[in-house]
Amino acid sequence: MSEQTTSRIMLPKGEELVLSPSPHIHDNETIQSIMLKVVLAMLPAIAAAIWFFGTNALLVIVWCVTFCLLLEVFWCQMAGKPVSVIKDGSALVTGLLLALNLPPVTPWWICLLGAMLGIWLGKQVFGGLGQNPFNPVAVARVGLMIALPRQLTYWTPSNNMTPDLSGYSNTFFTVPDFAKLSQTGEIFDGLTCATPLSIMQTTPKILDSSAEAANNFAAIANPEAYWQYFTGNMGGCLGETSALAIILGGIILLMFKLIRWQVPVFYLGTVAVFTGLVHMTWPGVTPAPLFHLLTGGLMLAAFFMATDMVTSPITPRGAAIFAIGLGIMTCVIRIWGGFPEGVSFSILMMNALVPLIDRMAKLKPFGFKKTPVAKGV
Amino acid sequence: MNKDLKIVSFKGGVHPPKDGKILSKKNAIQTAPLLERYQVIVSQNIGAPPAPVVKAGDEVKKGQLIAEAAGFVSVPLHAPTSGKIEGLIDIPGPMGVPAQAIAILADGKDEWAELAPPIDWRGADAETLKKRILECGIVGMGGAAFPSHVKLSPPPDKKIDYMIINGAECEPYLTADHRVMLEEPEKVLAGAAILGRAAGVKNVVIAVEINKVDAINAMMEKAAEFGVGIVGMKVQYPQGAEKQLIYAVTRRKVPTGALPADVGCIVQNAGTAAAVADAVRSGIPLIERVTTITGEPVVTPGNWRLRLGTPISAALTFCGGVKYEPSKLILGGPMMGFAQRSIEVTVMKNTSGILLLKKSEITQYESNPCIRCGRCIKACPMNLQPTVLSQLTEAGKFEETLKYNVMDCIECGACAFTCPAQIPLVQHIRRAKAEIRNRSKKR
Amino acid sequence: MLLTIILSILALSGLGIILGLAIGFVSKFFGVATDPKVDLVLELLPGVNCGGCSRPGCADFARALVAGEASPEQCPVSSQEAVTQIAQLLGMTVGDLEKKVAVVLCGGDIHQTKVKTLYNGVNDCISAMQIAGGPKSCAYGCLGMSSCARACPFGAIEMINGLAVVHNELCVGCGVCVDTCPRDLIKLVPAEAKVHIYCSSPEKAAVKMKVCNVPCIACRKCVKSGEEGQFEIKGFRVEVNYDNFPGEDIVEKSGCPKNCLLTTAQHLEIERNADKEENAV
Repeated sequence: MSEQTTSRIMLPKGEELVLSPSPHIHDNETIQSIMLKVVLAMLPAIAAAIWFFGTNALLVIVWCVTFCLLLEVFWCQMAGKPVSVIKDGSALVTGLLLALNLPPVTPWWICLLGAMLGIWLGKQVFGGLGQNPFNPVAVARVGLMIALPRQLTYWTPSNNMTPDLSGYSNTFFTVPDFAKLSQTGEIFDGLTCATPLSIMQTTPKILDSSAEAANNFAAIANPEAYWQYFTGNMGGCLGETSALAIILGGIILLMFKLIRWQVPVFYLGTVAVFTGLVHMTWPGVTPAPLFHLLTGGLMLAAFFMATDMVTSPITPRGAAIFAIGLGIMTCVIRIWGGFPEGVSFSILMMNALVPLIDRMAKLKPFGFKKTPVAKGV
Repeated sequence: MNKDLKIVSFKGGVHPPKDGKILSKKNAIQTAPLLERYQVIVSQNIGAPPAPVVKAGDEVKKGQLIAEAAGFVSVPLHAPTSGKIEGLIDIPGPMGVPAQAIAILADGKDEWAELAPPIDWRGADAETLKKRILECGIVGMGGAAFPSHVKLSPPPDKKIDYMIINGAECEPYLTADHRVMLEEPEKVLAGAAILGRAAGVKNVVIAVEINKVDAINAMMEKAAEFGVGIVGMKVQYPQGAEKQLIYAVTRRKVPTGALPADVGCIVQNAGTAAAVADAVRSGIPLIERVTTITGEPVVTPGNWRLRLGTPISAALTFCGGVKYEPSKLILGGPMMGFAQRSIEVTVMKNTSGILLLKKSEITQYESNPCIRCGRCIKACPMNLQPTVLSQLTEAGKFEETLKYNVMDCIECGACAFTCPAQIPLVQHIRRAKAEIRNRSKKR
Repeated sequence: MLLTIILSILALSGLGIILGLAIGFVSKFFGVATDPKVDLVLELLPGVNCGGCSRPGCADFARALVAGEASPEQCPVSSQEAVTQIAQLLGMTVGDLEKKVAVVLCGGDIHQTKVKTLYNGVNDCISAMQIAGGPKSCAYGCLGMSSCARACPFGAIEMINGLAVVHNELCVGCGVCVDTCPRDLIKLVPAEAKVHIYCSSPEKAAVKMKVCNVPCIACRKCVKSGEEGQFEIKGFRVEVNYDNFPGEDIVEKSGCPKNCLLTTAQHLEIERNADKEENAV
């Protein structure tokens, strides 16, 4: 089997004249260069993560990348594949993206588990890069989320957040009795906090349209809070927090034409419209669209995860259908589902539909007519 | 840049950042010295190969008929110089299989045979012009070598209202048409007008990519005199592909499986137009053509007027030979040309370029997986899905490729040019087409 | 407790009855009537769907047989016995069947024929042919990219040293490889014919000798040593006349100077040995 796959394209061995099919020149773009550009686009989000969560974040990133690369090499050795595939950079991208999807104080063994899920179960069992139907990072995230829900929702506040008993950030803390704690001599290593989405989840829903309902989410959905969400000053996964950094990365991706613009535009657009409609009908059920756009993993998913080339539809129309499906599913899970965040789940579900969407959204060739013209003379 | 120049384009395609035209575009056309021996390949046109009418030992004059048309889709062949016929021999053909050729030993006198009388084309009727174009052996000189007189005779129920002269020369590295349009604008314009008259068309347009501003300006000066329009086109590959060109100029889409005549258009190459002008106004048959000899390894790249039957090896010596061993020898341009394995292949009517590439320039095809980046889909001027086609071909599902319109592929190579996984997409698609043709033949 | 058990038993059997009725109803009213003969014929056919009868599969061939559009001999895979049985079933008569096998008429493995040019592209003969006729210096020889081996539904073609070799004991003579080979090197010959001239190049001897060590140079040694009509001279090469083929002793008698007149067994052995030598090195 492996012999057949490797000998599919015959390579020239010497310096003599080469026979090969046209075209004879190439624009020098390779899988590796594409992956490196994706890494470049991820840099703002990585920088933001380190800025807000400090060395913890750096550690998680290092763990994830190391494990992903090692596990990829290990698998290739075991499966008798050339280890040189590591050079294509896809494991690096998976590692970084996985790190951006984990909470800041994730222990090393969860990183290892995530890398196993992502690289092995998500990618290699299907035959490696290009063959996987599901986004490896989404597989890892969902796997971890279901297996270790407690560790995966262990959010620490970002550096700028302290329980100051007044103002915005206090919303997210269950304030301990500091005086009592210091009396008993108990010391604490760290603080945990809630994410905006988990607060939204735990807030009881009000189905009527009273003034109370309108103010149901006032604590987490107000202009000051939006600004903090936008810059990234909130609890959450490494890469989820700063919408600003992610949008910067997204602009880089779009500039290099690495993603189909339809995915982020239609994904974010659908979420905005859907939550907007629900919010207008029952203001006590869900906060305004802007809240949904800025919190959780939506931004990260819209620009970096749903746009994964391998697992998203290949035609522009398909990409739009895919993104609209993602948007609806994310909203449904967020508003009525049991988990506060539905992004990874919706990505996995829509991934499964990609072959179908590709078939549906088949391109019409240039000059296509429904009744083909009789051929030639 | 001329202000009243209209600039048009099609959708999709690629733009090779380093198009290599700089190597030869400043070098004026030079006429090749007379060789001692020419080997004229008999089958130089699409359709039926002409039948040789000379035998070993015959004396021929330059421009004398040596093979006559055999059928409607066929054109005659003429001697490139005066001399003695050595006989019919087999030489390496451009497709790898040995090809029959007429070998001529030049006598050095280079005497013209008696040529057909000039025609006053402004007064001549369409049939006379078409007959002359056939007699002079004119074919599409851009690459396909389709007999021109056939294109000029569409079925009577097709109303033709556009004659487009293709001066796009969108292939990287090639500059032959560029030099012809720049140095002989009058000839190209006259040829365009003649072709228009032969097809009975009022609207004659020469479409040129705007990286050839000097050629556009040269032709603009006299265009009105011949009643020919000039259109500029965005520099984008494959701007010169027939269907894309028609769309860019007229906004008409040639339906799938149909011919340009179905939307009232005829496309002819700029080099062909110049040859037509010679044929009609002076009776000179097609025995030589301007060919770009270029590439990094060539000592002095340039544009040469080569006679049919000139071996590539001789053509390369005109340019001072090569600096170092090239990795690839290509007849035509780098995007659609054919790799050769022998330098004994000879120049034909459709040899627009002789290109040598060094190792670092050539595409190295590999067995990388498709990462579904969609670049091939964006690049495809026909709006196909090359990656899907190649995957289906690899799986042997040739019937399935028909559903993805494999037969519409124009094999321009934009997809494989831009594929980051270096998948030989065009080769896969060509195979699928070949298999489908084989199967439909069997039924 | 008892009630629960009884209830579940009742529920399940009720469900079973309803579904059974539904299935019965559907098969009765929506079923497509088929000729029972088709199934009988299908059982007698080999069922490998090789396409040798030029129909998509055995089922389609069976339908055609019953409809009288085909004759059982068209199946190249079936044994004489099976063909006779089918013919009896359909009330037809068939003549004697001659078992045929495929043979690749080329001896130019990578040691014997020079590979002239480096090739970079799909590992497939049809694809390679489209690029200047492929990398091998002989324009008529086996390209060695195993298109036929991949196409063979019976795994009867082995690639040894870049040359396709048919294993007679596995070959059923369906002819799929014959259609696949872009160079038309593969022929269907009677299984009894054990001697072949392994060369298909129509070139002149001088040209062939430049590119290959084992070409047929049309020296006619074999023609002279064999009986009248056992060989046919076709231009610059000689071919075995498969309607009147020579016995195995002809190889020794003629002493082919280029070693291209061989029995199938000898041919296979030569390739095997060359392969072994290469692996030993």
